[in-house]
Amino acid sequence: MTIAGAATRGRRSPRGREALLAYGLIAPAFIILAVFSFYPLYRLFRFALYRPNRFGTGERYVGWSNLPKVLGGDEFQSGLWITLKYVLYTVPPGLALGLLLALAANRRLRGIKIFQTIFSSTVASSVAVASVVFFGLVNPEIGKFGRVAFIDLSSSDSALRGVALSSIWQNMGLTFVIVLAGLQALPDEVLEASRIDGFGPIRRLFRVILPMISPTLLFLVVVLVIFAFQSFAPMEFLTGGGPAGSTETLVFKIFRRQEFGRINEGAVMSLGLFGLTFAVTLLQLTVLNRRIHYGN
Amino acid sequence: MSSVALRGVSKKFGDSVAVDDFSLEVFDCEFLVLLGPSGCGKSTALRMIAGLEEPSVGTVSIGDEVVNGVDPGRRDVAMVFQSYALYPHMTVYKNIEAPLLTRPMEPTDGGPARKLGPSERTVRVQEAAATLGLTDYLSRKPGALSGGQRQRVALARAIVRRPRVFLMDEPLSNLDAKLRTQTRLELVELWRRLGTTFVYVTHDQVEAMTMATRVAVMAAGRLQQLGAPQEVYERPANLFVARFIGSPPMNTLDATVRQLDGQLVASIGESTLVLPAGLSDSVVVDQRVVIGVRPEHLIVHQEGPLQGIVRSVELLGHEQHVIVEVSEHLLVVRQDSSSVAPAVGSGIRLTPDPDQLHVFDQSTENRIDPGPVIP
Repeated sequence: MTIAGAATRGRRSPRGREALLAYGLIAPAFIILAVFSFYPLYRLFRFALYRPNRFGTGERYVGWSNLPKVLGGDEFQSGLWITLKYVLYTVPPGLALGLLLALAANRRLRGIKIFQTIFSSTVASSVAVASVVFFGLVNPEIGKFGRVAFIDLSSSDSALRGVALSSIWQNMGLTFVIVLAGLQALPDEVLEASRIDGFGPIRRLFRVILPMISPTLLFLVVVLVIFAFQSFAPMEFLTGGGPAGSTETLVFKIFRRQEFGRINEGAVMSLGLFGLTFAVTLLQLTVLNRRIHYGN
Repeated sequence: MSSVALRGVSKKFGDSVAVDDFSLEVFDCEFLVLLGPSGCGKSTALRMIAGLEEPSVGTVSIGDEVVNGVDPGRRDVAMVFQSYALYPHMTVYKNIEAPLLTRPMEPTDGGPARKLGPSERTVRVQEAAATLGLTDYLSRKPGALSGGQRQRVALARAIVRRPRVFLMDEPLSNLDAKLRTQTRLELVELWRRLGTTFVYVTHDQVEAMTMATRVAVMAAGRLQQLGAPQEVYERPANLFVARFIGSPPMNTLDATVRQLDGQLVASIGESTLVLPAGLSDSVVVDQRVVIGVRPEHLIVHQEGPLQGIVRSVELLGHEQHVIVEVSEHLLVVRQDSSSVAPAVGSGIRLTPDPDQLHVFDQSTENRIDPGPVIP
């Protein structure tokens, strides 16, 4: 029965009243989602299905034929390749660094809270701040490390690694905080049992600690990969996509396709990135899940 | 040699003293129980033997070797924790195998100690699993086991490497009552079979009384009494031990020593109790003492020296507890369930078994001997 139908009868059943209240409570969230998520999503699909006409004066409907054309094109392919490289440059080193810092800071020492605060501080700094800091460090003209070949922003071979540094730094605080929380949740008695069983620090790390915090690590891998997929600001601040387009990740390319005439291509690229993110996440959750221990 | 000795050991955590000048000798092949209320330092003492804590002062020896500063993995001890502390991501097999991976040990066919090969490890794991009835569960993970089974895995992991000393930290307290009784018996059986030293921490006096060859009672970080279970029960060294051991606990009455008709008596409110003649050299008139008498040593008797009022009767099936108020003390009288229970609210007179009186000094709380004569 619809609410309107119930209202015309003059008396609502208790169920009807409850439903009305429920819809009322959902409404604010729904409106926000509708305006800022669903409507843009609808527009995105609409853009993806049209192409500017020959004279640039309007659009014409082309349906799904945009998809193979754009996703198979050089621009998307190169953006995809750069994005995957960016994932490789940021996720494994970032995770390893955060893990090492968390292992180092997970002990009962006087003043350890100070270090824990310092290590986690990058959580509180914005992408812009991180980028400015690294601009000062790796900029070819003014940076202290501007001439280090491995991260040289002025060379198309190394610029992506230079950009990745700022992302690693930026995300390290998050990685640190989450891994530290995982480590602190480990039961002391299990670690003590491993000491009595004669496990040294290395064996304890690989045989006991890492398997037991594997759910935490999986979560971080998923989150960091998605962060890397969506990375835009570091490129915008540090290289502007260059040199020679070598730091143009997918999101960067999409961002540069806003104006009339190119937005349709951008919309299709967005769909491609969405599909990619979805697929990678699904893969990580299913493949890694088999090797993950979730406790009792 | 698998004796253990703690000599003058203290352990401080910041400002608080967990273990205070504690000395204890555990004999080879003994089942020693460290008994005390929570926070008395018994677990800390055990952890110092294991090497999980280092003493602030004093030495810890295993066999003839002082082990201060020796890594827990090199002390040749095994420990069973209250939470079992199994590796949750490993199968039962891997859990039991874990201690075999790292340490050189004597192979079954004799010869010098070395790291065991995979097939030798399998034999040992199978052996330990069979001993504890775990053969069918080797491929499961701890999460798929019941509490009792997990406890067995923890025990199997302990016995698999044949350590010199077994350390157990309240291993039964997470089991339900029925399983606890059964596992208690099995632990004693295991100890007999292995012929190794056990040091066992508990707050449960029943576990201590039923399993120990000797009990070390601890309170406030100090050793209160060390002795065979029966000895600790029959001749408690001080008021703490007297009140801690026994269920229901020993009745205690504040009293003053008086001289009456040439006899030493304890004056308790309006009642007087004749003190054992042997005490005349150990107490003085006007000394303030505490008289202790166990519930089973109080008898209802119409000419008894203690006069009181029945406050309650608790029936437990096999016995009954009569709670009597005597000059502001509540006393428990343990009776056969066949005895006729007195009416609640009625007056009653009690007499203690004169051979079973315990006398303690009120200020030092120590036992005043000679107490009851043990044949």
